Formats: sequence, C-alpha cells, structure tokens
Amino acid sequence: MIFDDVVCTFCGCLCDDLQATVEEDKITNLAHACVLGKGYIMAAQRQSEKPRLKGKDVSLDVALDAAAAILHRSLHPLIYGLSSTTCEAQAKAVELAELLGASIDSTASVCHSPSDLARQLSGLSSCSLGEVKNRADLVIYWGCNPAETHLRHATRYALMPHGMFVPRGRQDRRVIVVDVRRTQTAKMADLFIPVQPGYDFECLQVMRALLHGEAPEQEIIGGVELETLKTLLQEMKSCRYGVIFFGIGLTMSSGDYNNVVAAIELVRQLNAYTRFAIMPMRGHGNVAGAEQTLSRLTGFPFAVNFSRGYPRYGPGEFTAVDLLVREEVDAALVIASDPLAHLPFEAAKWLQQVPLVVLDVHENYTSRQAEVFIPVAPCGVAAEGTAYRMDNIPLRLKKIIPSLNQADEELLASLKERIRCLK
Amino acid sequence: MFKIINGAVYDPANGIDGLIKTIYVQEGKVVAEPLDDAPIIDAAGLVVMPGGIDLHTHIAGPKVNMGRQMCPENHYGGIHKAGRVMRSGNGVVVPTTHLTGYRYSLMGYTTVFDPATPPLKARHVLEELRDIPGLDKGFYVLIGNNHFVLKFIKEKNFPALKNYLAWLLEMTKGFAYKIVNPGGLVNWKSGGNTLLLDDQVDGYGVTPREIIAAAVQANEELGIPHPIHLHCNSVGLPGNFRVTLDTMGTIEGQRIHLTHLQFHSYGATRKGGITSEALQLAEYINAHQNITTDAGQIVFGPAITMSADGPLEYSLAKMAKTKWSNYDVEMESSSGVVPLTYKEKNPANGVQWAIGLELLLLIKNPWQIFLTTDHPNGGPFTAYPSIIKLLMDKDHRDECLARLHKQTPARTILAGITREYTLGEIAVVTRAGPARILGLKNKGHLGAGADADIAIYRDTADREKMFAAPEYVFKDGELIVHKGVLLQEKAGRLFRVAPAWERDFPQTLKADFERYYTISMSNYEVEEAYLLLCEVVPCL
Repeated sequence: MIFDDVVCTFCGCLCDDLQATVEEDKITNLAHACVLGKGYIMAAQRQSEKPRLKGKDVSLDVALDAAAAILHRSLHPLIYGLSSTTCEAQAKAVELAELLGASIDSTASVCHSPSDLARQLSGLSSCSLGEVKNRADLVIYWGCNPAETHLRHATRYALMPHGMFVPRGRQDRRVIVVDVRRTQTAKMADLFIPVQPGYDFECLQVMRALLHGEAPEQEIIGGVELETLKTLLQEMKSCRYGVIFFGIGLTMSSGDYNNVVAAIELVRQLNAYTRFAIMPMRGHGNVAGAEQTLSRLTGFPFAVNFSRGYPRYGPGEFTAVDLLVREEVDAALVIASDPLAHLPFEAAKWLQQVPLVVLDVHENYTSRQAEVFIPVAPCGVAAEGTAYRMDNIPLRLKKIIPSLNQADEELLASLKERIRCLK
Repeated sequence: MFKIINGAVYDPANGIDGLIKTIYVQEGKVVAEPLDDAPIIDAAGLVVMPGGIDLHTHIAGPKVNMGRQMCPENHYGGIHKAGRVMRSGNGVVVPTTHLTGYRYSLMGYTTVFDPATPPLKARHVLEELRDIPGLDKGFYVLIGNNHFVLKFIKEKNFPALKNYLAWLLEMTKGFAYKIVNPGGLVNWKSGGNTLLLDDQVDGYGVTPREIIAAAVQANEELGIPHPIHLHCNSVGLPGNFRVTLDTMGTIEGQRIHLTHLQFHSYGATRKGGITSEALQLAEYINAHQNITTDAGQIVFGPAITMSADGPLEYSLAKMAKTKWSNYDVEMESSSGVVPLTYKEKNPANGVQWAIGLELLLLIKNPWQIFLTTDHPNGGPFTAYPSIIKLLMDKDHRDECLARLHKQTPARTILAGITREYTLGEIAVVTRAGPARILGLKNKGHLGAGADADIAIYRDTADREKMFAAPEYVFKDGELIVHKGVLLQEKAGRLFRVAPAWERDFPQTLKADFERYYTISMSNYEVEEAYLLLCEVVPCL
C-alpha cells in the first residue's frame, strides 16, 4: 500500500511530500525523504515493546501505576521533552503538570528559548516558508548549518525553488552565510562571512549603528572588516524581500538572547527600506508546536511552573537545566527526549538521582536509567496528531502503520487519571 | 427540563421587551408548551435574556498566541487558579484558551466568532477553539488577499471564484468570509499598501473596489448566511472616513458587514491628528438598511492590537515605538501584532473612545450595529459591561468624557448626544442583532426552538455590575454559572457553512498550488479530528 504526502517528523522542516510504501504493516520504502528523515522514520518502526519497571519487563498497567505513584509522591516533579511528540500529547502533559503542580519545560529551553525571550522584548518580523520560496531574493543563514541539519531546507524552501517572484530559483537569489567556521552550508553561499566566536552581537549592533548613520571607529569587528559589514548591509537594504534564518549559533553562544534581539531589531530597521523577515531554524519536528501548545494553555512558551495552582513563568528558574543543577526537583517525567545524553553534566547528574519515568519510542540513554520506561507508538508513523513546522504552519501527522504501543497522548491521559485516583 | 418564572424577559427578536413571562426549557431547547411539573427557577427581580453573542473577537489562532508569547508582562495580572471544575490560566488582555471561555461564560455570553483565519492556519485556530469551553464558536476565513481569489477576479472568471470560495470553506471548515484591507496585504509584501479603493494590487491588475464587489456578489450567490465581513482599507488613518463612505457606496444596496467601524471613522486635523466623522457614517448607515457594523469600541488601559492588516501593525509599531511582530502567510494573507495602551489623556485615544460610542448612539437601528471591542484590539472583551453602562447612562458618560484630554470634546460630538440605551436595545446589540446577521436561527432569542442559551441578570441600577455578574447562565439548558461561580465545563459546538462546489474544480488549482505553496494540496484540508460537535448551518 502506498501513502502519499506523508509528513516527516524529524526536523522543523516537516516536509509533507514523503511517499511511504507499506507492506505487511512495515514501511518498506520511503521516497522523497532526506537521509536524516528516512533514517529517523525507518528506525521509528522498530519500537521497543515491553514497559519496564526497575529493569524488569512488566505490563503496561503495572508500569503506569508505578509511574503514577512516583509522580504523585513527588513534591516537585519536572516534565520535560515534548518536542518530538504531537501537540495533543503536549496538551495532555500540561494538564498533568497542572494536576501535579509540576514544572514543565521543552527541549526549546536548551535550544531556541533565547529566541522566545527576544520575541518578548522585540517581537518578530517573520513569514511562512512559502514567502521565502516565492519572494526571497536574499537569504542569509546566520549561525546555522542546514546543509547538515535540515537537509531539504535549501532545496525545498529557501534557495532552489522556483517561486512566484524568483522564477529562476537559485539564480534569482543571493545567498549569504555568516558563521564561525566554513560549514557545508557556507559552500552553498555566494558569500561567506566568518565571524570570530562570540562576536555576532557586535557585528549585528554595528550594522544597526550603520543604519542609523553612525560611523564606528574600529575597522575590524569580531574578525569581520567594517567594509564587509557595510556591503552586507547594502545588500540587505537593496533586496526586494530578505530573510535571515538563524540557529543556535546565535541563541546558545555568549550573549544568547541579546544576539537575537540585535538580529530582530536589525530586521525591523530594514523594513524601513524593504521587506525583511527573520526565522529561527527550529530543530526537532514539533518543537514549534510545544511552544504553541504551552503558550495557548499557560501563556508562556517554556519554563512553566504550576506549584501555586496557576502557571508561572521563570526562565532560569523553572528551566530544566536550572531546576536540575539546583537539585530542586525530586522526580521527572521525560517525554520523547533523551536529556541524559544532551543536558549539561551537572544537570544530568541530578536527573540520575531522582525517580525517572520515560515515555519514548526507543530505548535511549535516559530510558536505560529510568525507574519506569513505557514504549510508545511513534507519532507520524503509528500515531496521529498535530505538529507545527518551523514557520508555525500546523500539519496533521498520519498513522500509516499499526503499533502495539499506545500514543503519548493516550498514555499521558491514563497517567493523569491514575494520579487523580491517588489524590 | 425546567421553567424560568417571574423574570422580566428581553427577547427583541420576538418583540418582547421586559414582559414578565415564563420560559420553558426541555432537552436544551426553549419550548412553547407549558411544563407544569418542571423544576422552577424563580427570576423575580431579574432580567432574562438570550445568551450573549460576540461576532468579532480574536480569541484563537496564530496572532492570538503571538500576543500571548510577546507579552508575558500582561499575564501575571490575570492569574486564574485551577479549581474543581476549571483549568488554570492567565492573561489580562489575551487570556489562555480555557480562561477565555470562562470569562465569556461569566458575563453570560454563549456564542463567539473569531474573525480572521488564514486558511493555512485553520488547524491552529481549531486547536484553540477546541480548548475553549462553554461557548459555541466559529471562524471567518480570510479571502481578500488570496492568490486564487485575486487571480479569478482578474480573469473575470466568476464561476471559478465561486467554486474556489466554496471549496475554501470546505477545506478550512470556516463559517464566513472575511476581507481585511483588500489588496493591501499583497502590496505589503513588497512594502506597499492599498489606501484607496482604486489603487492597484501588485501583480494582479485588480483594485480593492473590484475585490469587494466580486466577493460580495459571490457570497450572496453562494447563499452564505453571514454577509462579507469587511475590514476596510486605510484603517486607523486620519481622513479614512471617505474610504469607508466610498466602500459603502460601492456595494450598491447589497448586504455587507463593516467591522470595527470606529477605526474607520476618522476625519483629519491640519496637523495630522484625528477627528470624529461618526455622524456622517451613521447618517449613511441610517439610510441604508443593507449595511451592518460593529463598534470596535476602545477601552482605556492595555490592549494588544492584532490584525491581518500587516501594514497597519507596522505603522502602529513605528508610532508607538514598541515591539512589533509581523507574519506574512504565503498566497493568503499577512498579519501583525503590536501591544498598545489606550490613555485617557492621549488626544487621539480620547477621540477614538468617543467615536465608538457615537456610532453606537447615532446609528438609530440597533439591529445594524453590534457591541464589540474588536478584542483585544480596542481592549479586552471583559470590558463589555463597562461599555453597556456608558451606553445606558448619560451622566456616567459625561463624567468619563470630562476626564479625557481637553481637545477631545471639540473633536467629537459625544457631549451633545442624549440618547440612553434601553435594556431591550442592549439585548439587540449584544445578542439578537449578531444572531440575525450571522444567520443563526436558534440563537439570540428565546422563542420556541431556540437553543436554551440564557443569561439572567439582577436588575440593578449600576449596569456595569449587572452585566458583569449574571445570576444564572444556561448553555443548552444546562446551568453553567450561578452567582458568579462556574459550575461545569461544557464543550461547545463549532458552526460551519458548507456551500456546494463542482467536484472536479480543485483540479484547476493544482498547478498553482504545487508551484507556489509549500505544503501538499492533499494536506490542506482540515481533518475531522479537529471538529468536535460540528454543526453545519445551511446556506440561504
């Protein structure tokens, strides 16, 4: 059986043109996907099947009861992950957090959360990826490397497509990469501007100053010649529709949200001359959805705490890393994430000390240390739901093969019911 | 099954104006036959009205969530704790989804419509609407800057335009069509705008006048219950009342709803300030029964402006020197979000405040103007009771006017207006009128067959207190609010409209869709999963 227009769940591109061939409940071929997406989806169908409690296989019932008991007992549980599951599951996780008085945080907290902070300070002039495809004659990748992380970003959305006002595709666009090293993406560019690590803020601020008609005294800023920045600025002012895609080169380097504020404000100023947009390159398939879901239900995109019975916001206070480093949580529920593999050592150390419940498609580094591990049906493969692309366009994830496991959404709902019974 | 006795019933759709009358409710509906043994709600000293209806309130979707994300500073003031029934939430101006429903229920409102959904974002709107309890809901689909709409108008291919519009409602599950700044958002994508009705739209060779005319004709021929819901060109600009008059004239007697008219009623001072031209517009509307409008009243205090009108939001951000979000939607629309605070001592804000009230007071027929704040653009919907007090109490109105900037009285004529609304007229502008223009036959009245959405208020002299805290609110015959306490979370319906289109028509869209959109055409249609309790409202 052939399924057309399947949505890939790997990265924020959410390419929705995959063609899956399913034979005997297995995906045997996946056309149009990039190598990362294909690997991710093909692997997703090899799901773990046995829930586990303290290293022993148990029934789902026993695992859910044990998980409910851990979370119910906890004075301050952390719910973390969320970026690789559906919005419906994320909404259930928020309900659970509210019931438990927990802190809830997504992986955005160690990725693009500074972009959220910047948006709170400055707003964001952005667009859908189709506007980039149809209009952008200047594309700047700043501190991101889609050639190795978002493999179809250039071909499907940003550089190659023949759009309405850029009919010759790549030939009609100017492409500039700003980064600390010559990445694979830089090789696709017309111009590569190397910046000294940690100096993005200076470069962006100097460009803002130049736009204001100021004349900086230095001739080299963060390793970049002033003349180069002037040329870059001139290109930005004179394009018809420009866009900056930025990655964690801006958000997770020194200066974090200040870098993003500088970039957003530069883009805002450029709109006095032409149309200009800026978009964070979101990593996980539904990390944008995690922010949408948390925002609509709690008002805040990440780092939310319910200990007072209402949502409170505290970047640096209720962010997962900070809660763990300060040893403030006494249990954790991890959904669709592998924090022990990814969080800083000090945070991971405490996460290993507390009772841990993990919901994931596969065993991972975190699940192996979990007191309770519950395997789930992979979303977009064996579970339906909503996901938001990096430009916040919502798409429906399909169920194309069956699974013995339940979806995150169902599991979190039954977990909530069990905890309610304990209260 | 129950009956409400001894209440003063205000049911203007059925010509009832304060009559003491028993209302019988059975299985979620108002029924005519007396139910002798039914339990009794004694409404002595109380006022019985149909549930409130808001036909223009931005409560769901991408702009609204951007408002939440951009403005954490205005969440802590609106804290709401989780309770036995209620979910937690926050937000003074833009509440979280559940809290939005609670606050409407607690004012006696039972039906609301979100007015501006780009088709590509329909799932997002539906996700949020699905959260919101206690209300029947629907949304309007943006069409005034849509590639296919403009293309078919340019080609003068009217059958294709009608097919496309019908197909679009099917894809999105929308209720009606919304036009925001026709053509202007297309031009905004290359830095421009369309300010006048005969300005050209880039790349399409059409004008706002042609877009409005074609859309109105298509809407009427498709039999969509609600007329075209239009946000005119030149919103917010000094002197824009001329564009508004031109727009009303170009319709030539056909139905149209001009939304948030306050923002479109400005004259100009020599220095570029605004004056009130509400009288001219009101007189025109008084002479033209085909036109309806809603006030877009502003409220002093914090607001978050959010509109599909991208160029408007950009100019607001420049003027207010505050944070600015913009989002251009491929092929369909644009949008912007800018937080603002309306201040009593700001001369422009004072004029805006007066204009909204002037429109509400000068348009004689209450069935032609409805109470809105264009939430949260003019301020939050929770301000409705305070606006009702302004409409019903001339002395209170004068006291408020006296607090404003000294130039305000000279630039407006509010001080000279003596009209005070009656309870019956309030029932029209907040319930019966919107229900009629939305084409909802079971809403906005208390006759036999109506949905038993009923709000019962204590008849107190302070009309703000009265309308802020109903004694009872029934949704589909179930008591959901009693004495200011929410008793249950009841899921509401989604209203949609489903006009017919030719089955092979979408084929003609395929080439452009594949060339210019970034999602597959087969993934465009909103799935059943988003449509809990969906009800199709028949076409005319």
